Amino acid sequence: MNTTEMLQPPPAMTSRLDGELMEVSMGPQHPSTHGVFRMNVALDGEMVVKLKPVFGYLHRNHEKIGENTSYLGSMPYTDRLDYFCSMTNNWAYALSVEKLAGIEVPERAEYLRVILAELTRLQNHASLLGFLLSDMGAWGTPLMYAFREREKILDLFESLSGSRMMCDYMRFGGCRVDAGPDWMERAKKIVDLFPKFLDEFEKLILSNEIVIMRTQEVGKLSAELAINAGMTGPMLRACGVNYDIRKVDGYGFYPRFKFRVPLGEHGDCYDRLMMRALEMHESVGILKQAMEQIPAGPVMNPKVKIRAFRPPVGEAYGRIEGPKGELGFYLISDGGTNPYRYRVRPPSFINLTVLEDLCLGHTVADVMVILGSVDIVLGEVDR
Amino acid sequence: MTMESLEQIKTRVEAAVPGAKIDIIPNPGPAQQSSLLIDNEHAAAVAKFLRDDSALRLDFCSNATGVDWLDRTVKKTVKVKKIVDGEEKEIDETTEEFFPGYLEAVYHLYSMTHKHGPVIIRMRTADRAENARLPSLTPVYRSAEFQEREIFDLYGVRFDGHPDLRRILMWDEFVDYPMRKDYREPDDYEYEPTPHDDVLEKAKMHYSARPQLDGAENITAQS
Repeated sequence: MNTTEMLQPPPAMTSRLDGELMEVSMGPQHPSTHGVFRMNVALDGEMVVKLKPVFGYLHRNHEKIGENTSYLGSMPYTDRLDYFCSMTNNWAYALSVEKLAGIEVPERAEYLRVILAELTRLQNHASLLGFLLSDMGAWGTPLMYAFREREKILDLFESLSGSRMMCDYMRFGGCRVDAGPDWMERAKKIVDLFPKFLDEFEKLILSNEIVIMRTQEVGKLSAELAINAGMTGPMLRACGVNYDIRKVDGYGFYPRFKFRVPLGEHGDCYDRLMMRALEMHESVGILKQAMEQIPAGPVMNPKVKIRAFRPPVGEAYGRIEGPKGELGFYLISDGGTNPYRYRVRPPSFINLTVLEDLCLGHTVADVMVILGSVDIVLGEVDR
Repeated sequence: MTMESLEQIKTRVEAAVPGAKIDIIPNPGPAQQSSLLIDNEHAAAVAKFLRDDSALRLDFCSNATGVDWLDRTVKKTVKVKKIVDGEEKEIDETTEEFFPGYLEAVYHLYSMTHKHGPVIIRMRTADRAENARLPSLTPVYRSAEFQEREIFDLYGVRFDGHPDLRRILMWDEFVDYPMRKDYREPDDYEYEPTPHDDVLEKAKMHYSARPQLDGAENITAQS
């Protein structure tokens, strides 16, 4: 077989030897489900003919707990939603409360938020690529390469906020502590070295023949379905839909930075994988600009009373472009110290809406690749 | 690109969907995200109009969620002049007004084509009874599929026309709706393989007959 033949998708399987379907319950205790996620799959031979996801193994009713806690009290709990990206979770929540109460944020704090959110994006995408390769059978080594980079960024988070993953760093009206000049120096070094890792990683995996055969033409998603089913983030842009909330809403100081929005063409697993790699390049660009432009000044709005915080009556929906997609918080205030309604719009939960559509007609082994390319974290899916 | 105001949307929708009744619910907060209250009968048609109208093109339903509003009584004290014993006096008169509670479904719509939004639409149930009903918007917006299941699961709103309305986060045997404001946590019952006596009574309270399985039983061989 020559290379062009190998790159062709396998012919559709028409094996139905005894006409019987086999039901398989994949998960919840399965390393490739990225947590405790279950799929009830009906198989015809090796082909998926039906797939029903089963949620709730990690459900703790985050929203109810949020309604019984003060506004500030929910901030550390948002870390536990998508525990890979606590910084962006903090930002989305802080942004919504700021909208709800009409709070201004100092300039330096906005820059710090952009820097931390982009660092989060780097480490989320890097580890996702590692996980995806693990799912495809490249067990261990690529994941360790990705985790080596992630570790550096987590060290940065730790020295700034005191915690590697549960950062609890942002507050409505700014950030908790300022980043010193030595922290900025370290961050700059890490960001400068990141493209080296990216180039190496891309050379190793993105042109790898096995990766291409496992991901191209697998789990194709059309742009129409992606929009209608509410896909966001790299999932959506892999289908060629130009919708990045950093550009559309222009929250934070994103309009001040020059960056491009990578777009896919085919909407298959390879495009989704590629999307992450390209977004990391853009994030490095944003980080370099932000670290150059960041002004001195306070990081917290002194007018905000964080304790006994009572926003005026009303409601607000704030959203940001998280690494996994649109992360939104919908808050209703009745004038009290607790939100009357506290709702999280979880991107990885809604991105799973099309999982069945993506998997139909593919083999069991492809289901793991497709699920991996959706990029879910069960802390956020089940809440 | 700026979007037309909610008043303009309201008049256009009411002209396009005959019989539709739309109220604007103001938002007093600084966010100023006011919303449209849609009558349940025409909700699907209105949503379809919002999605397909060339000027609006609200093709992306970002967020769908429920809100529980309890019954409430508002006390108002008014000073009234009355003649008591032939003398005019000012007397405080208290009136109580009763507002029945309801469950609400809120949808945040954006446009990916024109990159504007949000337009927030709401629907309200008649009451907070066990079988409160609302029309499903899943046929219009596929992204509401899991989110409406979640509203059903946590608030107990039944969505007419939803293709697959089952509990999603809680387990199937669960009986109450945990996000309702008057939800009380059950006692600290723990599963026991052979319950007896009072433990059996407790177990019966917790586990009714399995109403639905998780979808696996629907999977059948195709001819």
